[in-house]
Amino acid sequence: MFPDYFRFHVAPHIDSFVKWMTVAWGPAFDAFSNTVLSMLLRIEDLLLVIPWWLWLTGVMLISWLQTRRVRYPLALGLLLFSIGVFGLWEVSMETLAIIITAVIISLLLGIPLGIAMAESERFSAVLTPVLDAMQTMPSFVYLIPALMLFGLGKVPGVVATVIYSLPPVVRLTNLGIRQVSADVQEAARAFGATRWQMMRDVRLPLAVPSILAGINQTTMMALAMVVIASMIGAGGLGELVLIATNRINVGDGFEAGWAIVVLAIIIDRLTQGLGKRWETPKT
Amino acid sequence: MDKDENFVIEVEHLWKIFSGCVKDIDVTDHSSLARAEEEGAVAAVRDVSFKVKKGKVFVIMGLSGSGKSTLIRCVLRLVEPTAGRIIVSGEEVTSMNKQQLTDFRRRRAAMVFQHYGLLPHRTVWENVSFGLKLRGVSREERREKAQEVIEKVGLVGWENHYPSQLSGGMQQRVGIARALVQDTDVLLMDEPFSGLDPLIRSEMQDELLRLQNEFNKTVIFVTHDLNEALRLGDQMAVMKEGVIVQAGTPQEIVTQPVDEYVERFVQDERRVADILEKEEKYSGIKVVDSGKSKTRKIRAIGIVRGDKVVP
Ligand SMILES: Nc1ncnc2c1ncn2[C@@H]1O[C@H](COP(=O)(O)OP(=O)(O)OP(=O)(O)O)[C@@H](O)[C@H]1O
Ligand SMILES: [Mg+2]
Repeated sequence: MFPDYFRFHVAPHIDSFVKWMTVAWGPAFDAFSNTVLSMLLRIEDLLLVIPWWLWLTGVMLISWLQTRRVRYPLALGLLLFSIGVFGLWEVSMETLAIIITAVIISLLLGIPLGIAMAESERFSAVLTPVLDAMQTMPSFVYLIPALMLFGLGKVPGVVATVIYSLPPVVRLTNLGIRQVSADVQEAARAFGATRWQMMRDVRLPLAVPSILAGINQTTMMALAMVVIASMIGAGGLGELVLIATNRINVGDGFEAGWAIVVLAIIIDRLTQGLGKRWETPKT
Repeated sequence: MDKDENFVIEVEHLWKIFSGCVKDIDVTDHSSLARAEEEGAVAAVRDVSFKVKKGKVFVIMGLSGSGKSTLIRCVLRLVEPTAGRIIVSGEEVTSMNKQQLTDFRRRRAAMVFQHYGLLPHRTVWENVSFGLKLRGVSREERREKAQEVIEKVGLVGWENHYPSQLSGGMQQRVGIARALVQDTDVLLMDEPFSGLDPLIRSEMQDELLRLQNEFNKTVIFVTHDLNEALRLGDQMAVMKEGVIVQAGTPQEIVTQPVDEYVERFVQDERRVADILEKEEKYSGIKVVDSGKSKTRKIRAIGIVRGDKVVP
């Protein structure tokens, strides 16, 4: 047996630290929490206001504009239709609202971080190991800080999702900017481009395809996380899967799982198409 | 007359050493330099000095890798010189601060790049007017000025195409237009006409001569083509491994080459072919004569001699 006198627990100290934080920083957390929640609810309302048939035609139309083929839009339309058939429409929209909120916050944080990484070697050296750690850590771990700071509910779900889905967009923004050809940058410099002009007119626009790929990946990661975040009360499709698993209710679990896969496919197709659309004028 | 008024470009004892991780190289100290070179530093420009008078064209020739591009880049401080002074229109470029340098690049000198360096996400006219945009010129004025030069370089009808839709020669002309539209006193041209076919090439040469006569432009011009050098150059320098081995008027250089290296640049077509043949026999490597101008062949000699040739 491990001797008892070596025993030491950090748990009570962490608890008291978090308690102190939530008291000391309470108003800040509340304000943040309220902003995220109102944003989330507004997005959810918007998603639910749009009638199902408009969703269907909208997705099919976008898909057709991207591929110019009949097969893909038809398949996507059918998949989306099946969600409604299973009676999972509202719940899916709930999940989608969390994803959209989390992705918006991720992009607002991630793109500037990626730009900063490309601009500063030192910042990049600091952030790279952090991103590596974030991507290797199991996703459940992110539930803990979210839970500690925001308790149970949708907001901690969004927070955990943001943390989990942040790395790809940061990385790919950084990478995209760094990959811009040295010849082009040199020419811009020769004509007197300042650092800011170089970023705005040359580096950032040429990094767009890479940034869009980052957005795609971030969205997919957000979808994966939002299912897990149901464990801390984020609701949505994940919650149904969770309940079904606890009750060993295979059929319900399959239906909810199916809806998640459908969302994944549709989001992936549409955001990937975005990247391709951007690239076409150049070739 | 004041000497500053006479010479628009003055380069004094310019050095550029690509040192990688080697630091503290004292170019005046031979042992320091030798040590650095042993550790992998490349001295691309070694103690180069020259002056160009207002309205003159200064041509630089030399084998691939002899440091021509590095030298011309130093004038805009696109590569930071290791030592030496560069003075343009009486202003010392090498001691300018960031803001002065930006202003200098925007208004005083424009460059045409060997590798074009066009913005792939911008159309032809947007590329041409890029420098004006950086200066803050209004869109209408940019449009108008760009159109003028686009006509000059013969790209009418291509204004709204992207660089990737253009041939190499056309892209090069966009690069030339982009520099001309700046309307600067000084033009820096790094093999600007090398990608053009003979007809357009001679048209562009005429255009450059016209501009230079009319607006008294001062030009540094890098080329591999002796005919071009003779046609355009008022002064000429031949570089070898970072050093100017001979400078003078093109006529001087052609009639009195100082060494065998320079001689090779100034031979007539026939003689170049002879050297080529000799080289082939000597090295056993067959150089395919594509029937193009002798630029090709001189470049080919570069290949045989193991120099780096950038296609
Ligand atoms: N950024 C760099 N880092 C390290 N070495 C460099 C760099 N740029 C150029 N060099 C080296 O400097 C030397 C001169 O190169 P430079 O490009 O000036 O030659 P060049 O005369 O323009 O050749 P070309 O006719 O092929 O254009 C070469 O040995 C090259 O390898
Ligand atoms: Mg060169």
